[in-house]
This record gives sequence, C-alpha cells and structure tokens, in this order.
Amino acid sequence: MLKLPIYLDNNATTPLDPRVLEAMMPYLTEVFGNAASRNHPFGWAAEEAVDYAREQIAGLINCDPKEIIFTSGATESDNLAIKGVFEMYAQKGNHVITTTTEHKAVLDTCKHIEKLGGKVTYLPVNAQGLISLEELEAAMTPETILVSIMYGNNETGTIQPIREIAAIAHKHGALFMTDGTQAVGKIPVDVIADGIDLMAFTAHKMYGPKGVGAMYVRRKNPRVKVTAQMDGGGHERGMRSGTLNVPGIVGLGKACELAKKEMAADAERLSTMRDRLEKELLNLEESYVNGSVERRLPHVANISFKYVEGEGLMMGVKDLAVSSGSACTSASLEPSYVLKALGLSDDLAHSSLRFGLSRFTTDEQIDYAIGHVKEAVTKLREMSPLWEMFKEGIDLDKIEWAEH
Amino acid sequence: MAYSDKVIDHYSNPRNVGTLDKSKKSVGTGLVGAPECGDVMRLQIEVDEATNTITDAKFKTFGCGSAIASSSLATEWLKGKTVDEALAIDNMEIVEELALPPVKIHCSVLAEDAIKSAINDYRVKNGLPELETAKSHH
Repeated sequence: MLKLPIYLDNNATTPLDPRVLEAMMPYLTEVFGNAASRNHPFGWAAEEAVDYAREQIAGLINCDPKEIIFTSGATESDNLAIKGVFEMYAQKGNHVITTTTEHKAVLDTCKHIEKLGGKVTYLPVNAQGLISLEELEAAMTPETILVSIMYGNNETGTIQPIREIAAIAHKHGALFMTDGTQAVGKIPVDVIADGIDLMAFTAHKMYGPKGVGAMYVRRKNPRVKVTAQMDGGGHERGMRSGTLNVPGIVGLGKACELAKKEMAADAERLSTMRDRLEKELLNLEESYVNGSVERRLPHVANISFKYVEGEGLMMGVKDLAVSSGSACTSASLEPSYVLKALGLSDDLAHSSLRFGLSRFTTDEQIDYAIGHVKEAVTKLREMSPLWEMFKEGIDLDKIEWAEH
Repeated sequence: MAYSDKVIDHYSNPRNVGTLDKSKKSVGTGLVGAPECGDVMRLQIEVDEATNTITDAKFKTFGCGSAIASSSLATEWLKGKTVDEALAIDNMEIVEELALPPVKIHCSVLAEDAIKSAINDYRVKNGLPELETAKSHH
C-alpha cells in the first residue's frame, strides 16, 4: 500500500538513514563524554568517535581529516567561511564575488559584510542558471579576496562549472569557497581536483541528522584561515568554539561513508526516476523545465506549469510533499528569486514545483506523483480563464488587466 | 495554510465552471485581477430581461483555493437573484460563509468586483449607465 502524502521535498531535508541512526545511538546514551575532555576515558571515547567521523568525511570529499571544522549546519558554515575570510584577509582586500542564485545563508551573509564596508559583486546567471566565466573574470579585482559560488542549486539542481571558477579565482589570487550543501553526498565532490579552498555542507541533506554540518578549510596550497565568529573554548583549531555535537558528528560521518559507497548507484537510479517523472510531466502542454538539463543534480526536477496558479496547484497536489516557487506570505505573493534570476516571469515562477528525490523514493511513488500532478494541472487549467484565452489564441500580454 | 472545509469543498467540487456566450446581449462578463498578482477571475451572468433575474452564472478562476471557492460560491448565490439583489452582495458575506482568514479577504473582494463588473457589462450592453462600483483599489 502506498502511504500518502509522498515525500518529494528532499532538497529541504532528507530522512535519517536507519544505518546512520544505529551508528549514532551509543553516543546519545552510554558514550556521552565531552570530546574535549582529555583526562579520562569518557572524553577519549568521544574524541575517538569524532576523529573517526572526520576520516569518513575526508574520505568522501578527498581532503585531510584535519581540514574539517564541525559546525551546526551549512548556514553556520557559510557564515563562518565568508565572514571569517572577510575578517582574516582584510589587509589584502574587501571584495567578494558571488551569484544572485545563492542560498540566503550566503546572500544575507554577503549583505552583512557590505554593511561592514565590504564590496560584493552579485553575478547574474543565464536562463539555465549558470554564471558566465567571462563575467567572473571581468569582475575580479586586486581587492577580490573571495569567490563564493554554490556547487549545485537547491531549487533547480543546476551545477556550476566549479573547476573553471576555482581556476579563475586562483589566477587572480582570491580564495574559492563553495556552498556544497546540495551536492556533497549526491555527486562526486573532490576538493583537490575541484580546487576548493572552503566548503560548507550539512548532514541532513544526505540522510544524516539535523543540526550538524561541516566547513572544509584547506590547510596547504594555500593554507587558509578564517577568523572565528564565536568566542569560547577554542575548539576546532580555534575556528569554531563550542562543545562538539558528538552524536551528530558520528551521524554525519556515517552518512558520508554511506554516500561514498552508494552515491554512484543512487545517482543512477534517481536520475532514471527523475527523468521519467520529468518526461511524463512535460507531456502536459506549456510545461517547462527550470534550470540546466545538462548540468544538474541527479535527484532534482523543477517544472513550471503555465496558466496554473502556484498556491492553487499546491492545494491540488496535496498528496505530495513538494516545494513551489511561490512563497505565499501574509499579504504578498513572492515568487522565487532563484527562478526570477533565470528570467522567469512572476506567473511562471509561481506555478513551479520542485521535486527532490531520495535514496528512499520508489518507482511506485513516482508513478503516483505523475498521475497526481497531471490530474491537478489539467483540472486547474479547465478552471482557468487564462488557459481558455491561451487556447483561443489571445495574447495575454496585450490585455489591460485591472490591477488590484 | 489550513483551509476551511467549505473552501476545500468548493475547490474540489467547483460549481458552475464554464463559459457563457459573451456575444449575447443577455450575458454580462466580468474579468478582474491580473496574472502577476496571482488571481484572475472571470464571472459571467445571463439575465432574463423581463424579470431582471439572473438565470445562469458561470466562472473560471486562476488563483488559489480561496479565490476558486469565492467565485464558485458567488455563482451559486447569483442564480435566481435579481440584478439589484446581486449588486447588494457584500464581500464580507463571502468571507463569513467560507471562513476566509484575513490574508484571503482579497479573494472575496475580487469576487464582489467580478459580480459588479459582470453586471456593468450587462448594463452597458443594454444601454444602461455604468455604476460606480470598484471596491478594490489597493
């Protein structure tokens, strides 16, 4: 029996893999020591578990275990990396380059450093959600200390040309940071081959627990340092104070180990399912994929259905847990800024659905989702005056709408 | 957002979805809202000239569940009413009937505008002066 609603919002968060929970359990109960307690076995056991997790994580992204700084999640890692570099490298310059489609954890951090006197360039993206390498190169100045561009986008799954971006940043003497939240554990991320100096990622997007994440900080070629944003006991090489979340860290470690082992098979299975879902939904007239089809995370599809209103669509697909490109807040309808950055009109951004598949998604669930979305879109279009006008060949842009 | 049972009922089983022949003199059409605001309602009435009574009403709405429910309910209420009675429908009656939350009151305002706009269209077609009606100007 198919259980409803079906969870297809795995870019928001993933369920905890039972194997991860199993690894965490002892550290929630009998092994409770503080990893910073150096003078008794309780502390040693905790520290050993943390060190093992560091190795598991390092194995996934091809870094040295010492280069992992534990945090509370990707938002903290983004903050720490950007603000930390801005403070640490203030002597060198004050310019940061990012994109308009970053997560708010990056965008709002950049706004914060602008208030502190920093300069930030927000690179636009093309219709596929990709930045232009020429524009990046042109934006580089002698004051540029950091280029921060996400690996894979959370709304569209679009994967930026990371290696090329890193090369341009390094050519001009800047550091390269990437928000790897959606990519790590889903596609191969290799900090050496990719040329990444700093990276934010989190456990709960790859079947680990919430509330724990990490920042990768390169230790050689070049040795990167960030100024701590929290004062305290000087944990994590002085970059992030605070007693380590040992069970969470063990969970992140286990999630990384599983990802390394299963990523290739998961990616193949999920992209096959995703492509089937997408192909079926694109059979509906006037439906469009948002973002790049060629350069995309394997488990993500973002599709707009023209002439259907977003909130009504969400109500129609009540058996699916998905995200829409429409953030309907109290009085105003705010279309997704990511989709707007791709050049989508407000109405097309509103009528988009984001599907995020997971290791636990089944073919049966995808079959149901296809039927459910098709039915909802068809029904809403039969009810939509805009669809009727479109079918009659009326140009909706030429109508003088009575604004309200 | 939690919708009331009545909103869910109208959304799931909308009454009077459809199109009347707008070229007929007895049919008035109101098209209100704008796609970029997320709501467009088209409400149509057919009026029996002799009795000044609304004999049929149809709608099509692009919008959220509350907008669909507001227009669906409006068509239910319009049938059988005289044009003057229809003009007296206040958006707050729709709010009450559907238990709309404050953020969805604009859906009821739009429905009232659509009713008045349809009546005006009918009036103009039949050589009557247009009424000052528009309630929404926010």
